[in-house]
Amino acid sequence: MANNFSKETYFYWYELMTLIRQFELKAEEEYKMKGNIRGFFHAYIGQEAIAAGCMTATVPSDLFITGYRDHGLALAKGTTPNECMAELYGKKTGCASGKGGSMHFFDVKNNFFGGHGIVGAQIGVGTGLAFAEKYKNTDNVVLCFFGDGAARQGMLHETFNLAMLWNLPIVFLCENNFYAMGTSVARSSNVTEIHKLGEAYEMPSDKVDAMDVEKVHTEVSRAVKRARTNGGPTLLELKTYRYKGHSISDPQKYRTKAEVEEYKSHDPITQLERKMLSTNMCTQEDLDSIASKVDNIVQEAVKFADESPFPPDDDLLTHVSTDPHYQFITD
Amino acid sequence: MKVILYRDAIKEAMSEEMRRDQTVFLMGEEVADYDGAYKVSKGMLAEFGEKRVIDTPISELGFAAVGVGAAQNGLRPIVEFMTWNFAVLALDQILNTASKMYAMSGGQLSCPIVFRGPNGSAGQLGAQHSTAFESLYANIPGIKVVSPSNGYDAKGLLKQAIRYENDPVVFFESEVAYGDKCEVPEEEYYITFGKGNIVHTGKDLTIVTYGKTLKIVLEAYHHLLSDNINAEIIDLRTIRPLDWELVLKSVQKTNRLLIVEEQWPFGSVGAELSYRIQKEGFDYLDAPIRRITSADAPMHYAPNLSLAYLPNPLKIVAVAKEIMYLKK
Repeated sequence: MANNFSKETYFYWYELMTLIRQFELKAEEEYKMKGNIRGFFHAYIGQEAIAAGCMTATVPSDLFITGYRDHGLALAKGTTPNECMAELYGKKTGCASGKGGSMHFFDVKNNFFGGHGIVGAQIGVGTGLAFAEKYKNTDNVVLCFFGDGAARQGMLHETFNLAMLWNLPIVFLCENNFYAMGTSVARSSNVTEIHKLGEAYEMPSDKVDAMDVEKVHTEVSRAVKRARTNGGPTLLELKTYRYKGHSISDPQKYRTKAEVEEYKSHDPITQLERKMLSTNMCTQEDLDSIASKVDNIVQEAVKFADESPFPPDDDLLTHVSTDPHYQFITD
Repeated sequence: MKVILYRDAIKEAMSEEMRRDQTVFLMGEEVADYDGAYKVSKGMLAEFGEKRVIDTPISELGFAAVGVGAAQNGLRPIVEFMTWNFAVLALDQILNTASKMYAMSGGQLSCPIVFRGPNGSAGQLGAQHSTAFESLYANIPGIKVVSPSNGYDAKGLLKQAIRYENDPVVFFESEVAYGDKCEVPEEEYYITFGKGNIVHTGKDLTIVTYGKTLKIVLEAYHHLLSDNINAEIIDLRTIRPLDWELVLKSVQKTNRLLIVEEQWPFGSVGAELSYRIQKEGFDYLDAPIRRITSADAPMHYAPNLSLAYLPNPLKIVAVAKEIMYLKK
């Protein structure tokens, strides 16, 4: 097997994917065992190659927007594990000042535009971000992520049409993990090859094996290049898998354990490890040392979140605009 | 009487009506194979089959519209939303089509459909999963708005909605109430809309509420009792029609009114009720009508901000004492 990318790239991917996984495993533990995290919690575990491949296919000024399964993409864009963990704890030091929680990570300085809770809303909002980039004559591209469930919202069809009509610099990335909560792709539509939805709007579309970070990088790079050179939108269907339930409270009766195990056998991190070891790019010790470094980062994030203060109660009425002549109603 | 859970009271209402009437069916996200996102429809697919218990993709506008069309063509749909927050996508159909069809067609088409699902806060769910919508829907002429506080009422009101109401009904439940126990009779029963319920009779002030907020009002009621304040507690049960006459009668006795609701304050149900009572009962009031609502902001995630956002027993006790002109 030849190495198609630099050693640094492989190490970057490995560290980022390991960070996302360890961060979420730890956060899930804090949720379940200690109750430090509440509300809905949707894990990205199994889908890490998407975040990693998209990062090397873009530049920092490119914009990311996604749904509520947002931890992995925020970490990828550079939101610190400390800020992410603190947000899960609802602390003032979190990436949304403790106001967002798991589903609503935001980090605009790193061009991460959230963290959206209504299924499919970000498909339209992402198109709007791209409209603004084109309007401002920048070279930036928007990466707009959504799940297979969101592909059935009317929003997708309306904004695919607009994005093509106005030739906007956007890549639509459908993270197809095969289940919209408990409903499989096959039970939600006759069109199970989601990338074909782009064809109705003559949008360049393709499917990608998103358990393989190299393939994600390659296909997303092509789409980003098209968008950056005024070639318009692309739809990529990233075939992935979530090992965990839809959210922490999901009993997952709609699929078998054997199915989950089958996907784990081509786990994106394990695949990457195999590649790095088999090409003698690194030793097991190198990988272990990255894992141990990441473990420390995650432990530190928990400590940081734990020691951070909650927002003051006065924050209840901050970040909500009012007219000075008609203040908040407080009776 | 038997003791069942609130979620099963809802299921019994739907199942009894579906056994009685072949035109009634249930449609929504995860209602069939998954047995309901909150297990409200557990077992209904097995009993009624795929024709009548129907899973939909995540397409709220689309399946709400299908329900509205079916209702205009002889069926009586029950449309479940996983949360009323997602139903905002379907608001176009509820407001622009369902609510107006009877008037717009000059009385040719009615729209007997029930939209139901959990509403309002349910812990730290963040801004986009926590909105309470009663006052927003109650603003719409042509629809009926139901917000039961307990399983007994939920069952009787839902059966009423499915069987007898020929207008669209929006029916507000709560994730945090689904596990509540309630007593229901073995025999069939219906509860007419527009009839509030006096939960406790009292003489010192009237406290009006609806939906799951009744529970915190009852906590406050007991605090107040220990301070020798005997409040009359009214549960509205339906918001539209609104049983303001029951509230007026109570105020004629107590001369004081406090309204407690999980709702944004501007144009809230309490605001409408306050208008009605000051107009019809001005001479009976010994203190300004007061209300406790949610904060005038989105509901934030942090635990302390979530608590500060909502009505709570302490706030109720404090305002009740102000209404009584007692020191806190």
